[in-house]
Amino acid sequence: MTTTNRWRALTRHNLFWPVAVLVALLLVNIPFTPDFFAIHMTDGHLYGSLVSIVLFGSPLILVAVGMTLVIATGGIDLSVGAVVAITGALTCSYISDRKDQDALAGVLLAMGLGLLAAVVCGLWNGFLVARMGIQPIIATLIIMVAGRGVAQLITDGQIITINSEPYKLIGGGYWLTLPFSIFVVAAVVAVTVALTRRTALGLLVESVGGNAEASRLVGIRSMRIKIMVYVFCALCAGIAGLMISSNTSAADGNNAGLWIELDAILAVVIGGTSLLGGRFSIGGTVVGALVIQTLTTTIYTIGVPTQTNLVFKAAVVIVVCLLQSPKFRAKVFGARAKTPAPATPPAAPAEPAPKMEVS
Amino acid sequence: MSATTQTPTTPGKTEGRTPSGAARLLGDRRLPVLVTAALFLAMYIAGLSRYQNYGFGDSQVFLNLFIDNSYLLVAAVGATFVILSGGIDLSVGSVIGFTTMLTAWLVQDVGLPLLVVIPISLGVGAFGGFLMGYVIHNFEIQPFIVTLAGLFLFRGLCLVISKESIAINDSAVSSLAETRVSLGLGDLSIGAVVALLVLAAAFYLLHYTRFGRRIYAIGGNEQSALLMGLPLGGTKIAVYTMSGFCSALAGLLFMLYIQSGDPLHAVGMELDAIAAVVIGGTLLTGGSGYVLGTLFGVLVLGLIKSIIQFEGTLSSWWTKIATGVLLCAFILIQRVMTTRKKA
Repeated sequence: MTTTNRWRALTRHNLFWPVAVLVALLLVNIPFTPDFFAIHMTDGHLYGSLVSIVLFGSPLILVAVGMTLVIATGGIDLSVGAVVAITGALTCSYISDRKDQDALAGVLLAMGLGLLAAVVCGLWNGFLVARMGIQPIIATLIIMVAGRGVAQLITDGQIITINSEPYKLIGGGYWLTLPFSIFVVAAVVAVTVALTRRTALGLLVESVGGNAEASRLVGIRSMRIKIMVYVFCALCAGIAGLMISSNTSAADGNNAGLWIELDAILAVVIGGTSLLGGRFSIGGTVVGALVIQTLTTTIYTIGVPTQTNLVFKAAVVIVVCLLQSPKFRAKVFGARAKTPAPATPPAAPAEPAPKMEVS
Repeated sequence: MSATTQTPTTPGKTEGRTPSGAARLLGDRRLPVLVTAALFLAMYIAGLSRYQNYGFGDSQVFLNLFIDNSYLLVAAVGATFVILSGGIDLSVGSVIGFTTMLTAWLVQDVGLPLLVVIPISLGVGAFGGFLMGYVIHNFEIQPFIVTLAGLFLFRGLCLVISKESIAINDSAVSSLAETRVSLGLGDLSIGAVVALLVLAAAFYLLHYTRFGRRIYAIGGNEQSALLMGLPLGGTKIAVYTMSGFCSALAGLLFMLYIQSGDPLHAVGMELDAIAAVVIGGTLLTGGSGYVLGTLFGVLVLGLIKSIIQFEGTLSSWWTKIATGVLLCAFILIQRVMTTRKKA
């Protein structure tokens, strides 16, 4: 009796399913690459599949963390991919204009410039959504369409390559034997969690997402919270843009961060945050982003042709969304439970684990 | 739904009561379409005055707008239906790409005749749309997410067929692609004719049938449409099926236009289609707009491209920036109009 209760409490935890999927995906790799979990030291750097999953997943984690807060307010930000491109383009073009590309002051200035551009994009999105009252999906569509044009304008349509050692650190460098980007991600996640869970800010964000008008009447400055959230999301995208351009030492206005907004939304949804807003889980998002990156890696290591990557992703989106839909659970599992659908949902999805493993 | 009831009464009233004429004009649902049409005219005249010596005034240049954008027009008409019903379809570009891939593969590698391939492709596109509509309605998942899954799925299926592009050198395809319909002023391609027929059919469906009114009703207010006893599920699923069908048809036209299948064809075209619909004055919240506006939206986007071509020195990324700026302007116009209506 107690064990079933404990099991039930565990499965009800909002991180249970994302983590279960992640673990299942990681385990799938073992039969194909037995030393999948092995981590070895070369030249003072740690290498291994797990390290590279986190390394290549870092930009996505960053973007997804920012996206989580936007979605928690009931919004959505489609412009993050374009912001990634703009930040990378601006920073790289500034560095490439310098005589001494290795000068730390110049690199820091360039990064500041890129992040400033990202913040401006976020302010613009926030202004349209909060002040003009335009639907978030439409408001952010503007920068999604125009932003890549701006990025190409900055780079003059070329791929700008740079050769700067200090700049290389943020996306491709190592520190304390680990990829430096892991520390950046950890810092951003830690700050976000501290801000949202140690202060009332997270509660305010959730209340704005639950009902913006009611929160305003209660005395929450919902407009300001919304603007802040879009700026934060753009800033995260900007840091991801620095990481991507630094990792390749190049800025590509057309392809940098292409479709990252869709992956980020997917990560947020997998992490258990509802797209309707009002509730969020940063931890879930991080796990969700890791699931996506692990899925990609797994497809590589298993030897499935990489082009089917997108088909798998589509299957994951559908399965996760169906499992989250109360109506679907009521239809599929409701008949067996013999209780009114709304009462059972937390207990219901005990079955679908094999389904998730397939995808 | 009030679009259909309001249209006949407004023209008479604007003449009769002058005092509130300006306010009335601002509240008129047709204003965005008129603004877009005026913008198109202004851009065209500006182009005329600037590039007259380079042949901008040729009627063929004007007709080329239809030829070069036939696929976008068809896709945007499909998107108009979805957006009018209050939804959104992100899978448009992927379905177009997939259709080019599928037809190229079936014609070129499997060796089926084009006449067999066309219905297969259209059927697959429509079925994809139907599935998405079914999931959206029956499981109450947001259209945004379901069609996002559709985007991934169809783009993935493209790559499953082949990673490389497939060139089509089938004689039926090339003869169809080269067929021109003479209009006296110039020629139209088969694709442009098909696109205009689709536009006419959409116009008829939206404004003269019960189905069209249901779409406006659902987009205006889903709850009251349901309470009125309208078949919500059937209409919504039909709308997504039509969008899938239009995307597949657009894919066929694109395949004719470019005579190849490529897994990267039409990446991001859903954004162009949505932008055309918005610039054409359709409210993204649903329930208000005209398919003729979508035509002008597509023409404006096409004109931006051809002006940039005539300019020569301007680079292609200006197209994206100009589209974004226009999008922004029209969204703000819509915003001003909807707040006025509420007040």
